[in-house]
Amino acid sequence: MGLFLASLAVLLAGAVLAPMAGRGRAANFFGATGAFLGSLLGLAFACLQLAAGGEALWSAPWAMPLGRLSLGVDALSAVFLLPTFILGAAAALSGHSALKGQAGRRPLGAHWFFVNVSIAATALVPAARDGFLFLVVWEVMSVAPFFAITLRDEDSRVRHAGWVYLLAAHLGAACLVALMALFYARAGSLDFALLAGGAAGPSVALFVLALVGCGAKAGFVPFHVWLPEAHPAAPSHVSAFLSGALIKTGIYGLMRIQTFLGAPEAWQGYLLLALGLTTALFGILFALAQRDVKRLLAYSSVENIGLILTAIGLGYLGLAKGFGAAACLGLAAALLHVINHALMKGTLFLAAGSVLHGAGGTIIDGLGGLGRRMPATTVAFAAGALAICGLPPGNGLVAELLMLLSAATQAAGRTFPVALAAWGAVAGLALVAGLALFAFTKAFGLSFLGEPRSPAAAGAHDPAGGERAAPLILAGLCLAAGLCAPLLFQAVLPAAAIVARTYPAGAAEGAALGTASLTWLSLAAVGLILLVAALAFVRSRLLAGRPVGRGLTWDCGYLAPSPSMQYSSGSFAAPMTGLMRPVLRTETDLAAPEGIFPARAAIESETPDWLLESVSEPVFGAVARFCDALKALQHGRTPIYILYILATLVALLAWRLG
Amino acid sequence: MQLWLDAVFVLIMLTNLSLLAASRMRLIIRAAAIQGVLLGLLPLLFSLEGSLAANLGFSAFVLGIKGLGFPWLLTRTCRRVRITPEIEPYIGYNFSVILGIVGLLVSLWLEHRLDLPVRVSGLSVSAAFMTIFSGFLLVVSRKKAVTQVIGYLAAENGIFLFGLSLAPHGPMWLELCVLLDIFVAVFVMGIAIHNIGREFDSVDIGAVDSLKD
Amino acid sequence: MRALSAVNLLLALGLSPLLLGIINRTKAVISGRSGRPLLQVYFDLAKLLGKGAVYSRTTTWVFKAGPIVGLAAVLAALAVLPLGGVPALVAFPGDVFVLVAFLGLARFALICGALDTGSSFEGMGASREAAFSALAEPALLLALLVFVSRTGTYSLSRMYVWPGAGDWLASGPVLILVVIALFILLLSENSRIPVDDPNTHLELTMIHEVMVLDHGGPDLAFILYAAALKLWLFSALVVGAAVPTGLGSPLLDELAMLAGMGMCAVAVGLVESTMARLRLPRVPQLLTAAGAFAALALAILGR
Repeated sequence: MGLFLASLAVLLAGAVLAPMAGRGRAANFFGATGAFLGSLLGLAFACLQLAAGGEALWSAPWAMPLGRLSLGVDALSAVFLLPTFILGAAAALSGHSALKGQAGRRPLGAHWFFVNVSIAATALVPAARDGFLFLVVWEVMSVAPFFAITLRDEDSRVRHAGWVYLLAAHLGAACLVALMALFYARAGSLDFALLAGGAAGPSVALFVLALVGCGAKAGFVPFHVWLPEAHPAAPSHVSAFLSGALIKTGIYGLMRIQTFLGAPEAWQGYLLLALGLTTALFGILFALAQRDVKRLLAYSSVENIGLILTAIGLGYLGLAKGFGAAACLGLAAALLHVINHALMKGTLFLAAGSVLHGAGGTIIDGLGGLGRRMPATTVAFAAGALAICGLPPGNGLVAELLMLLSAATQAAGRTFPVALAAWGAVAGLALVAGLALFAFTKAFGLSFLGEPRSPAAAGAHDPAGGERAAPLILAGLCLAAGLCAPLLFQAVLPAAAIVARTYPAGAAEGAALGTASLTWLSLAAVGLILLVAALAFVRSRLLAGRPVGRGLTWDCGYLAPSPSMQYSSGSFAAPMTGLMRPVLRTETDLAAPEGIFPARAAIESETPDWLLESVSEPVFGAVARFCDALKALQHGRTPIYILYILATLVALLAWRLG
Repeated sequence: MQLWLDAVFVLIMLTNLSLLAASRMRLIIRAAAIQGVLLGLLPLLFSLEGSLAANLGFSAFVLGIKGLGFPWLLTRTCRRVRITPEIEPYIGYNFSVILGIVGLLVSLWLEHRLDLPVRVSGLSVSAAFMTIFSGFLLVVSRKKAVTQVIGYLAAENGIFLFGLSLAPHGPMWLELCVLLDIFVAVFVMGIAIHNIGREFDSVDIGAVDSLKD
Repeated sequence: MRALSAVNLLLALGLSPLLLGIINRTKAVISGRSGRPLLQVYFDLAKLLGKGAVYSRTTTWVFKAGPIVGLAAVLAALAVLPLGGVPALVAFPGDVFVLVAFLGLARFALICGALDTGSSFEGMGASREAAFSALAEPALLLALLVFVSRTGTYSLSRMYVWPGAGDWLASGPVLILVVIALFILLLSENSRIPVDDPNTHLELTMIHEVMVLDHGGPDLAFILYAAALKLWLFSALVVGAAVPTGLGSPLLDELAMLAGMGMCAVAVGLVESTMARLRLPRVPQLLTAAGAFAALALAILGR
């Protein structure tokens, strides 16, 4: 536990030193170094804790009436610490060199303060062992990124995105406050050890509150609306951390609170499964329709959160219906995907950051041809895209395989309603995987391949230093996590057991099934790599000594090809956006060519998030109006405040005595 | 016998899907006709109590009306009124088929939950529910009056199937009454559409809205 | 048994181009032509392997990696493919899903290679391929889930023991539905009529062919061979569902399977001779239908 506290201390030291060093290079150095070293220390601790097993505890006396400063890290917490610290270190590495050029022009000291506090708070959420402390660090974790997101606060869209984020986070936090209050009312304490003993008992209301509270953080549909707003607006190293690590705390919250509510029931499994599949499908469809790489990545995070939720749903269903193997595989899949998605999405967001830096934008229709100009970034993005599509040898396939196995064991049981859910899960997962391939061939193929569509893209270049290295390192980790999948599976099994509490019969077979399957998967991946190498050798031997020329791309006889004739992001996605019009509601604006010699024609298509426009903005608007109304109470005149205090005292006395 | 029954129910389910997927008037009428013929075969396969002659008669009656009579009437109406061959759905064909599958899954779940005292192949109740669902889906999701009639026909087929599988011989006379009602309804529809088609230019029910003021 | 598995893999490697030859010969016979030689695809492969290459100035390493990764992925998928009740060389729980993932990798490589040329035609083909195969994937997994659900095993080699002799009498409707679903997927995933026309000369109507416009020499040979292997793979999935195993002796099983593969190719040829290519907006309906067949099979089995 000492290592963990040391890591927090280093993080906070970085947070304090950075603003003290001003807003220039020194602040950048202190902040990033604190974040990097602190994250490495924390990562070492999490790995050691996972290897050692058991729970590390630490507590200090605290004068607050409701809570104790009590920390603990068991296997479940350690699993969630991994993405936080890995991405914390990567964000520090990349952010340090990305922000170098802006030293002095932007308040870097304040920026690193909030980044470091975000990392520390995100690490403390899984470690909190007391409800009140949990709420406090949750709130810090929600507020600190707001300032990290709004680094470029001169842009009104960035400010708007920040507000959407803050509102969504607080609607969620309000639910969690209510949840903890109810826990306190039922159990008389917020000590997690006591609550885990079942002091609060099962309750539908508590489950729903947890689902909404954590869902707003994790980004379940329809609470996902802040993700596609906040991620493109934030600096890329912050997006990587938000998307890879911070939103996972929502998943952690859901899992941890479930252990307080007793064994999950079947309806919870069905609900999470349906919600997960909806979220995944919705996320990937909208990802496909986006024109901005960073927005696309944000929607893909929604999809992956949906996949994690689906896995949890499969696990709960297995627990409730007595399929031990399915339960074990489903929960392990969820935990593995938490780690794997962090690696993949970190790679992709940091690579997108390099593109923003090198090519001056992330709108796909202005990119193209980056493969020749930014080779390092291209390799990283390709690896990340391959992994996130669930293709071997990447790590995205691991959780997908386990989920499909979990569903398959339930389908093979052939007890009716469970089998029905399992078929739906298999079909849904397959569709999501197919659409993910579509979305990421679009993101990769149109941005990095072909010819540049704008002068900025034609002059693009790889960034230097940490900004170039960080996505490559994470891409390497993606490959490593894919090849070491059986080891990781073994490592998360204790954490899955904590969520499950007691497995029905068959869990051991499930673990064996998963291990066997993943071992073979790793071998198959190695075999694939060897095959590729062998075929590449064959090809180079065949071509040795033969004429190998270079020419123009075959243009079907057309004489004046230009880069703008390439497929655009809208046209590439059109077969699917057309088919899915009822879901996506893509708006197309066509100025058709007219006459025999048409002068000009234009087509424009846009896919706004109708859930944001028709559901969330009215809700947020209502909240804003309510808060505006509350402003009437704020006069700034001291006597009136004293009057409030007096009125409150009288009211409390009347309530207490009456 | 079970194998044949299963096969017929599967075919009925497939005709439901093809009703939903059909994009041409000719195809949808053909699908409805095939469904009628399949329903006509069922009384024979159920090996009902009662005499062979009665079963044969019932079968021939159902086959004649659902498999031949209605389709002929509908085709004739379409030809007389010169309805355009496209079906013009509100909901696309793909989504209709997917909704049909969802309907099937819901039907399976319903069958599982209701636990009815079914005498025949376990698929019959699911097939019945699915047919009813598909029929109503057709009614709400298609623009033309003729396709709506086909939807009602399919829904009635479902009810027929439901009755048949619950009580294979009992309320046969009830079925006959319903059949007669439907027959009259289709007949009236044929005449009505014919007359509407003569008075107005289209038989698009979306256009009926313009009459409401 | 191991030896037989290896023989099956060698048969796949050797005979898969023959399937394309049988399809073409069937089409020729039906339309009254004498047609290309049965072994034309072998000649084509040999010719292409002997050539040099020309690369577009736009392309990068991605373009060169495409055919290699595609062929490697299909070869890896073949390693888990059983034939005629004989288990595959490699069999493990979950290999059915890994097979689908390998096919996805082949597709990813091909699509990226096509986009690397910067040609609008190849972008068009890539976009269509990605859209249609995204819709085919759920149908394929649902069809394979029928086997999982029926046998309670998660490895292709073990689940394709079903249907054994006599199973067609017991669960005929299920098997017919599965065979139809898998056959539709064979047509669509291998770019055959009615989804895509391998013989068309108009780039605007192509899907697969337009993606490989810029490949030549050994690269094109790799792609052509990978396509042949993929056709073999899907045929084996169809034939494995259609022809019962356990006929008495392994030799009899093997012969029945090979005959089945030939019949499957003839069936593809017949479909291509009698049908026209569907309009592109109709293709998703065909794939939905395949999914519907598979779901129906599951529903009947699972009740």
